[in-house]
Amino acid sequence: MPVEKAFVSGNEAVALGVRLARPHVISAYPITPQTTVVERLSEMVEDGSLKAEFMYVESEHSALSACMGASSIGARTFTATSSQGLLYMAECLHYASGGRFPIVMMNANRSLALPWSIYGDQRDSLSLLDCGWIQVYVEDAQESLDMVLQSYAIAENGKVLTPVMQNLDGFALTHTYETVEVPTSEQADAFLPPFETPYKLDLDKPKNMAFSTGPADNMEFKYQQHKAVLDAVKVISEVDESFYIHFGRRYGGMTEAYRCDDAEMVMVTLGSITGTCRAVVDELRVEGWKAGLLKIRFMRPFPEKEIMDLSTHVRAIGVIDKDISFGYEGTIFTNVNSALSKARTGVYALDFIAGLGGRDISRQDIRKMFGHLKDGLQGIELNRVRFINIGVAI
Amino acid sequence: MSTMLSRPAIKKFKKPLHISEYPTGPCFEAGHLVTENAGWRIERPVVLPEKCVGCYYCYLCCPEGVIFKSEDESKIEIDYAFCKGCGICARVCKSDAIEMIKEACF
Repeated sequence: MPVEKAFVSGNEAVALGVRLARPHVISAYPITPQTTVVERLSEMVEDGSLKAEFMYVESEHSALSACMGASSIGARTFTATSSQGLLYMAECLHYASGGRFPIVMMNANRSLALPWSIYGDQRDSLSLLDCGWIQVYVEDAQESLDMVLQSYAIAENGKVLTPVMQNLDGFALTHTYETVEVPTSEQADAFLPPFETPYKLDLDKPKNMAFSTGPADNMEFKYQQHKAVLDAVKVISEVDESFYIHFGRRYGGMTEAYRCDDAEMVMVTLGSITGTCRAVVDELRVEGWKAGLLKIRFMRPFPEKEIMDLSTHVRAIGVIDKDISFGYEGTIFTNVNSALSKARTGVYALDFIAGLGGRDISRQDIRKMFGHLKDGLQGIELNRVRFINIGVAI
Repeated sequence: MSTMLSRPAIKKFKKPLHISEYPTGPCFEAGHLVTENAGWRIERPVVLPEKCVGCYYCYLCCPEGVIFKSEDESKIEIDYAFCKGCGICARVCKSDAIEMIKEACF
């Protein structure tokens, strides 16, 4: 059977993935650069190719609230947002994860005001790392489509029951057109069974839903959430394997290591910048550098084991952070460095703050980062947190 | 009407011993309030049976759902383990059949 191919943007790839997942309810509010994903979905509902209820609500707060309500009666739900919209949802993000509603949401990574900006960086989702959601970051349009199906399989797994936030870099990925393979609905159905919630709100079997607990019981529920996200590590790997059996593609689960086996210096990436970094690693390899790349796919749960393992055979690790926790360092670096400190391998590590507010990260910039790692290994004193490609003297 | 005003059977709350005994997330069948929280009550509503005409308006207005019919359905009773002493029942009673009495008097 010939494989159906489509030339689509990252957002449109997500919409195709969502259609294959057959959600019952889609609830969203438009925001740049997420808008086209919900535009495509509303068209699919309109033309009947997706049998879902499309709820056009008045805010992101309401969009996620509507998804929680629908999820509580056993509906599969989808929403999408970005930047300020994600922050406006912040209260509901904790509510959804605490309520164990397996919602899947796409977030188009975009900078945060002020200064106002519609361009890409990852400060929006990374500033909400502690909201109890699983966070996955994808690199290209094919992974965007495929991970929607995987995200539902992960979120709805009985050991997990935790919402998943799938992040696409604003514009760089959401609006870039690529050829993707589109699975058939039969393939998708075979991979992703219908959602069965064990806690369905049902008039015949009444339940208390979203109740409060006093100090005597509250902490147990928080422990359960922690364990569920930790247990997701194994589920993520199982889902990736199952996906490979059904579709012939797999992504490596928590991380993807590229030319790391004999590498001395490894750059850690998140999202679409991985593609550029992969090209730089290839260039540097030709020039005799032992360079490698570790693409972090999941920020929660965090690939602690993969980073600790990596630290046993490399000499230096750089982290590209399209975010910063002002006054300290990039959030990816904080997490990577925590794993490194546990490994006690003494690996040299630098944090490269780049691409804030949509600033381009070029091949030359990434070559410079590898250069800094080399300098550091040679004993040159460098600030651990380095801003890359600031246009003026600082 | 009588079934609505009847009190549901109260099950003794058994504190879980293992994390698996907790529901996954805050959703549970017949999950009644288990924490007695009447400690802040400073005044207690007391029903005067001789004045009560059985209109059940207090039952309708009680924000905590602690007013119920006695088992023989002869009188109105109040669950003092959960009554917070807000006094709404006494305020709305058209027969002045509920008095608020300072807790210190008991």
